[in-house]
Amino acid sequence: MSLLNLKNLTMRFGGLTAVDAVTETIEPLLLMGLIGPNGAGKTTVFNMITGVYLPTEGQISFDGQNLVGQKPHEIAGTGIARTFQNIRLFPSLSVFDNVRVGFNNALSIGILGSILQPRSFWRGEKEIAEKIDHLLEMFGLLDQRNELAKNLSYGDQRRVEIVRAMATDPKLLLLDEPAAGMNPTEKQKLMSLIRYLRDEFQIAILLIEHDMHVVMGICERITVLDHGAKIASGTPEEVKNNPEVVKAYLGHSE
Amino acid sequence: MEEFLQQLINGLSLGAIYALIALGYTMIYGVLRFINFAHGDVFMIGTYIGFFILTSSFGQALGPGFGTAVIVFLAAMLGCGLLGVTIEFLAYRPLRTRPKLTVLITAIGVSFFLEYTGQLSFVFGADPRTFPTVVEKTMVVQSGSLVIDSYQIIIFVVAIVLMLGLRMLIMKTRIGTALRASSMNLNAASLMGINTNAVISFTFFVGSALAGAGAILYAMSYPKINPLMGILPGLKAFIAAVLGGIGNISGAAVGGFIIGSAETMTAGYISPTLRDAIVFAILIFILIVKPSGLFGQGGTEKV
Repeated sequence: MSLLNLKNLTMRFGGLTAVDAVTETIEPLLLMGLIGPNGAGKTTVFNMITGVYLPTEGQISFDGQNLVGQKPHEIAGTGIARTFQNIRLFPSLSVFDNVRVGFNNALSIGILGSILQPRSFWRGEKEIAEKIDHLLEMFGLLDQRNELAKNLSYGDQRRVEIVRAMATDPKLLLLDEPAAGMNPTEKQKLMSLIRYLRDEFQIAILLIEHDMHVVMGICERITVLDHGAKIASGTPEEVKNNPEVVKAYLGHSE
Repeated sequence: MEEFLQQLINGLSLGAIYALIALGYTMIYGVLRFINFAHGDVFMIGTYIGFFILTSSFGQALGPGFGTAVIVFLAAMLGCGLLGVTIEFLAYRPLRTRPKLTVLITAIGVSFFLEYTGQLSFVFGADPRTFPTVVEKTMVVQSGSLVIDSYQIIIFVVAIVLMLGLRMLIMKTRIGTALRASSMNLNAASLMGINTNAVISFTFFVGSALAGAGAILYAMSYPKINPLMGILPGLKAFIAAVLGGIGNISGAAVGGFIIGSAETMTAGYISPTLRDAIVFAILIFILIVKPSGLFGQGGTEKV
């Protein structure tokens, strides 16, 4: 069974059709790329999947559940996590607290619980702290645990964003231009990190990326959008040699 | 010297009340970026909750004492907290996506609604009422002209305990982390699985409950209550929040103490008629010199 199903997904802003009847499926454990020129509607697709935008038309189902009309926090609870094109960490929270925010769903002892069951509440908090430290250690961020997010280097901030997303225990991770602003060494590290994430956590990953080296290097399947419409889909080889894609990129393909 | 010490003690105990109210302004601003002008009136309702409990046959039977005080405090905090949540749900939530000015005007509307509904004869009535004694007032220190009574100590202790509790809640718990995260980026927080509506309700509950506690402390020291009594303390607490840097929680607490002390010092050394004027003078001064407040970050607000 496929994990995520997009059917005729359409988003119009006034007269502009940002995403035009996109149909796509994502299988569990797949590493999939979403590419296309600027303004092709890639981030809009992410925003519809995560509930930031309500699609004008079309359906989104994830793990058998309908996502259209659900609130962002509910969608996050079903197992979809994301990072952002422009980093959106909580700048004045420590790295630890940033990741802890992701755990809000995981062990859900709510507001009342913290007052009525203090003992199990604090035990839960302790368990979470251990899990966070484990995640931070995995990503080599344990040394920066108590540093404020805004004081971290750009590459570290991107990694904290990924850790924060992983803290929500997703089945599908959406990465919006994870390699943006990274140097070649950082990009290389990022690529192995993304593969590691998929293998270690057994999740599917959908990523938007402009860096063709990164996309072609790690994605098993690629979908290309242009002016909101899906123009190609297939393995990296197939996509690379597709004349439509070459045309869309106006010779920018290699 | 004794005179100064006396004024300082008076100022700090008054300031503790302002600080409690200011925390509500600053917490709500922190998450939603607007000033809840009805906050002072929630404070006023808090005094009436206390009043009705104390004057009921139940309260009469109980009489002044420690147990009574605990009941009155908890009731006022719970009542104000629920009122704050209700106001947000009915008046502000439907306007969440509208321009901030719309919500601001609505807040002023809610404020008038509470003030003037309160004055209706079948609600509270416009005439001032006398707030009954919650606990007996005793002199704790009396040396020369220096006098410290039990109320000043109660106010100070209650306020400090609540502020430390709030700090603990915000810094140590997950709902507190969620609250801080939401105040930095509401959208990103909701995408990370935080139910931001619940966080906002929680913020209103806690902020308003603190105003409820402040209300009882205020009514104990100034036991004349009326439906318009929330305006001035509300405004002063708002100024305290601005002075400390709106959105900054420790700033609101510090601002409250500064405003309270400035007020009693002015009343004691210059003239009692200037006690309100000095507070507004501080507001004008801070807006000219450092509009972001003492601890504010300034210039970071996105529209």
